[in-house]
Amino acid sequence: MRNSSMSKNDLILLFCFSAAILAGPIILAPIGAGYPDLLQKFAIFGIFALGFNILFGLTGYLSFGHAAFLGAGSYTAVWTFKLLSMNPLPAILLATLMGGLFAALIGFICLRRSGIYFSILTLAFAQMSYNLAYSVLTPITNGETGLQLRQADPRILDAALGRDYGAVLPSSDFFGIDMTGYPGFYFCAVILIACFFFSMRIFRSPFGMMLRAVKSNQNRMNYTGLNTRPYALAAFIISGMYAGLAGGLLAVTDPLAGAERMQWTASGEVVLMTILGGSGTLLGPVIGAGAIKYFENIFSSFNEGILMKAFDFLPESLQHIMVSISSLFVGEGWHLTLGALFMLIVIFLPGGLMEGFNRLRTWLGNRTGGGDGGAVPDTAPAPSVGGD
Amino acid sequence: MDAILLQVLNGLDKGGAYALIALGLTIIFGTLGVVNFAHGALFMLGAFCAVAVKSVLSLEKVTLDPTKTTAWGTPMEIRVPYIEAWFGDFGATVLDFSVPISIIIAIPVMLLIGVAMERGLIRFFYKRPHAEQILVTFGLAIVLQEIVKSQFGANPIPQPAPDLAKGMIDFGIMVGFDAGNIVYPAWRLIYFLFSIVIITAVFAFLQFTTFGMVVRAGMADRETVGLLGIDIDKRFTIVFGMAAVVAGLAGVMYTPILSPDYHMGMDFLVLSFVVVVVGGMGSLGGAVAAGFMLGILQSFASMNEVKTIIPGIDQIIIYLIAVIILLVRPRGLMGRKGVMEH
Amino acid sequence: MSKKQMSRRGLLKSSAAVGVTLATPTIFTSSAWAAGYTNEPKGKTVTLGFNVPQTGAYADEGADELRAYKLAVDHINGEGDGGMLSTFTSKALKGNGINGKKAVFVTGDTQTKSDAARASAKRMIEKDGAIMITGGSSSGVAIATQGLCQDAGVIFMAGLTHSNDTTGKDKRANGFRHFFNTEMSGAALGPVLKNAFGSQRTAYHLTADYTWGWSQEGSIKKYSEKIGWKTAAAVRTPLGAGDFSQYITPVLNSGADVLVLNHYGRDMVNSLTQAVQFGLRDKQVNGKDFAIVVPLYSRLMAQGAGENVKGIFGSTNWHWSLQDAGSKAFVKSFGKKYGFPPSQAAHTTYCQALLYADACQRAGTFRPSGVGAALEGFKFDGLGNGPTEYRASDHQCFKDVLVVKGKENPSSKFDVLEVVEVTPRAQVEYPATMLGGNLGPYNDGA
Repeated sequence: MRNSSMSKNDLILLFCFSAAILAGPIILAPIGAGYPDLLQKFAIFGIFALGFNILFGLTGYLSFGHAAFLGAGSYTAVWTFKLLSMNPLPAILLATLMGGLFAALIGFICLRRSGIYFSILTLAFAQMSYNLAYSVLTPITNGETGLQLRQADPRILDAALGRDYGAVLPSSDFFGIDMTGYPGFYFCAVILIACFFFSMRIFRSPFGMMLRAVKSNQNRMNYTGLNTRPYALAAFIISGMYAGLAGGLLAVTDPLAGAERMQWTASGEVVLMTILGGSGTLLGPVIGAGAIKYFENIFSSFNEGILMKAFDFLPESLQHIMVSISSLFVGEGWHLTLGALFMLIVIFLPGGLMEGFNRLRTWLGNRTGGGDGGAVPDTAPAPSVGGD
Repeated sequence: MDAILLQVLNGLDKGGAYALIALGLTIIFGTLGVVNFAHGALFMLGAFCAVAVKSVLSLEKVTLDPTKTTAWGTPMEIRVPYIEAWFGDFGATVLDFSVPISIIIAIPVMLLIGVAMERGLIRFFYKRPHAEQILVTFGLAIVLQEIVKSQFGANPIPQPAPDLAKGMIDFGIMVGFDAGNIVYPAWRLIYFLFSIVIITAVFAFLQFTTFGMVVRAGMADRETVGLLGIDIDKRFTIVFGMAAVVAGLAGVMYTPILSPDYHMGMDFLVLSFVVVVVGGMGSLGGAVAAGFMLGILQSFASMNEVKTIIPGIDQIIIYLIAVIILLVRPRGLMGRKGVMEH
Repeated sequence: MSKKQMSRRGLLKSSAAVGVTLATPTIFTSSAWAAGYTNEPKGKTVTLGFNVPQTGAYADEGADELRAYKLAVDHINGEGDGGMLSTFTSKALKGNGINGKKAVFVTGDTQTKSDAARASAKRMIEKDGAIMITGGSSSGVAIATQGLCQDAGVIFMAGLTHSNDTTGKDKRANGFRHFFNTEMSGAALGPVLKNAFGSQRTAYHLTADYTWGWSQEGSIKKYSEKIGWKTAAAVRTPLGAGDFSQYITPVLNSGADVLVLNHYGRDMVNSLTQAVQFGLRDKQVNGKDFAIVVPLYSRLMAQGAGENVKGIFGSTNWHWSLQDAGSKAFVKSFGKKYGFPPSQAAHTTYCQALLYADACQRAGTFRPSGVGAALEGFKFDGLGNGPTEYRASDHQCFKDVLVVKGKENPSSKFDVLEVVEVTPRAQVEYPATMLGGNLGPYNDGA
């Protein structure tokens, strides 16, 4: 494939990616997504999906338990806030480490099996974590309510530096910059870009080649006398660290960690994000994460009043018909749209949204005549995943 | 002693339900190689067959009583189910038996749904990677449950068992205990027997009929069967329909135990996958064995005596067992080598 | 880098955020009245944020809450028949909006998950400019959203949340609750249970294994032991267990003669249905009739348990069959618009919306600290619960509590519960310090 130094195309891709992310507040404003909380979620779940893609997209191991690492990261970060300092750096550092540690433990056991057996093992661990966090482990996790900051928390480092938050509940701040709102988004965005760069390096490295080989034919690899498990485990740990980091960032932008972050539906969500965007591609998972979070936050907010306004150019009777039809798909029906979207994407664009973009580009390229040399090629088109 | 016997009985009852729910899933795995995330939705659709039958049976004649008004000022409505208005007591009995009646209706309905699903969607995914099968069937499951939600709402809808089966059966007397020590709800015992009958029927069908033989051959080596000039696809369609019927019947019979709501399929999805995998992918016997094993262990783990020793064990027992079994036996209890391992 | 290309609004916001951090030490000590506050309404409208479950197990309850909110907004803006505005003792609201501004609303889906609820609330605050957030159908969500609103500097008017913690351990200055809590349920149920079943009883608890369940179990234990009952066992059941039979079988021969189901929503429907299936309602133990108690009833959910609720005691915040002027006006207004009676969730959210609007009107501002001051210690009547007070020390409403029982001969599918007793407020009141927690100062945001 390509050599491990940055190729020109990769540099362009990285640059465009960074520019697009940093300009997010402007680009996404017209579609109603240009507000800090959703932008933060885009960036954070982008990181989560990027990490998941390193495991699933490259090695083909389908984990159904990645939410456990996300949750572990969140709990670690909130505990760091409570015990050490409100500065996000120690929080995300420890969250990443905790994600990695958890992944090492669970991965070591689960990677003894492959295929669906591996998936169910990871699912079992995540569900056990969720069930325990919700009930028995309440002293650590604060159960259903979620782990919260208290004004009376010790915050040893802050106290040592003489920082006093007074009578109010502190929020995390990066050397004086509050981590809510746009500064919080830019903090996450910079980390997302770093993660994207790191993931790109892995894709292009001999290690990444090795992981792809694990996927395409593990038996053959084993016959050549190579033990593939350490490679798979390394990928598992890296993706666990991404998840821990994402969980930590969730706590940085909003210092509350709830057990439902570990539920199987949360694990399923990152699988869907990755496949929806295009697994095995660099950009796909980030796009998939954005798409799902957009649906969750924007489509669910449409109500009858908004629909009436949207269709008020129509005559009244027609307006009512359009509103009653479309209200099936938004507001309380937003799940329906999501489900239908999953089906349509998989049926018509097996490579996810990335394949859609590539097809569109090819089609446009053909229309303008001849190959389009200027476009930024992504990695090799998504190879088929998982099948037997 | 009686406490333990009661828990065994409870475990068998639970196990029967688990086995029945997992059975269809493992058939689809074994024959078609499809990871069907919509299986929970099929279970839910079966349960809503019962809801639909009951609501059709209890379609009401609405007459307004102008002498009385509701709290918000409109005339009070007097609602009498047509079936009672027309047939009197016989009508009331029919209404009472709505769940058993639903079974008869659910069989063709679920068969139709299953065949439609296979022909319309699943068959295009035989050769596709598992991840894509999961995504498309998961999407389908969401769409199905949202449609049900828009029709029936999100709240659970009660489906009482027939009056005859509402009581308790004194099980203790039958095995020589004092009266009243081991009593168990009649409907749950019926469910247990029902699951045994269905499981036996499916086994017999696959073991002793030519159709079953071909399907089993197809499971073992699809290509060769195809080369022999046998249209295996058509048979697989029927197999999918059969799996849908089994899932649907499990759902219908479960409604008196669990008031159905649109979300119940998702709740059983994870569980049924765990049962199937613990049993070994595509192994019918494995699924049944795993269902009963997990049911009984779950019952025991929920006993107060056990919970005081290991707090929270009842919350994780199923997953814990799954982990242990899969680490000791790489392909579950009865899985074959090479199935779903890549 | 491209930060320079940010929209003007975005830039203003982020620099304001930085400014707030720098000013944090002073903003709460000095009088900040001169400064603006979060989402101060500048135009002709004021935006309220309705955050309710639209998907998941509580979707129907959420839909009912939303109906009530729409009704409340209509009444605040002077549309419709005015509902409880005509019976409400405070006459500040004139039907011309709030403080002369027309009330408009945005909606969101909590999914009954803390994360989703907070994301949705943040959207309303950051994007839609909501000045107040209200709604919800579970305590975890309410506490999480309350914390968020405190941080963001908007008022939170809690919806259906029954845990003590909402206005106890986790109370916040910006949060207010109209709904009752497990402590009040226990205090109200105790005497009624004694009258109905005597004082020689042994109770067996099945408890949903999370904070609300424990809170409920603790309160019922406290008050049932006060009337002389013994507790045989208290068993925790996983949330959403579906089939509870493995927890019910040990009850059969445990010697207990009362089963307390500390479950809510779907768990309640399932555990109750199954307990009745196991013959517990018709059972005789120690020569006494076995009894089942469901401490918190929801009429909407009780419908899912069908005839299994007959004769089973519980408590509720409000019921549509109440005959006071306020309740009648509300039921009439709601029933006319939607064709069926409102649930207790609809009632509490309608009241919350009205109480918020009224407080703004009386305070003459939307500033959280101003509105809060108007709500604190506010005494009112005519909203269906009799004389009520928003206690200043914990922002909890104190009012009569309804003890109800599943009706034997329902006249319609909505007529599931009958009111057994209205426990007077004095009997359920407790000192604010009992539940711990600290309100802290108001946050007006920026």
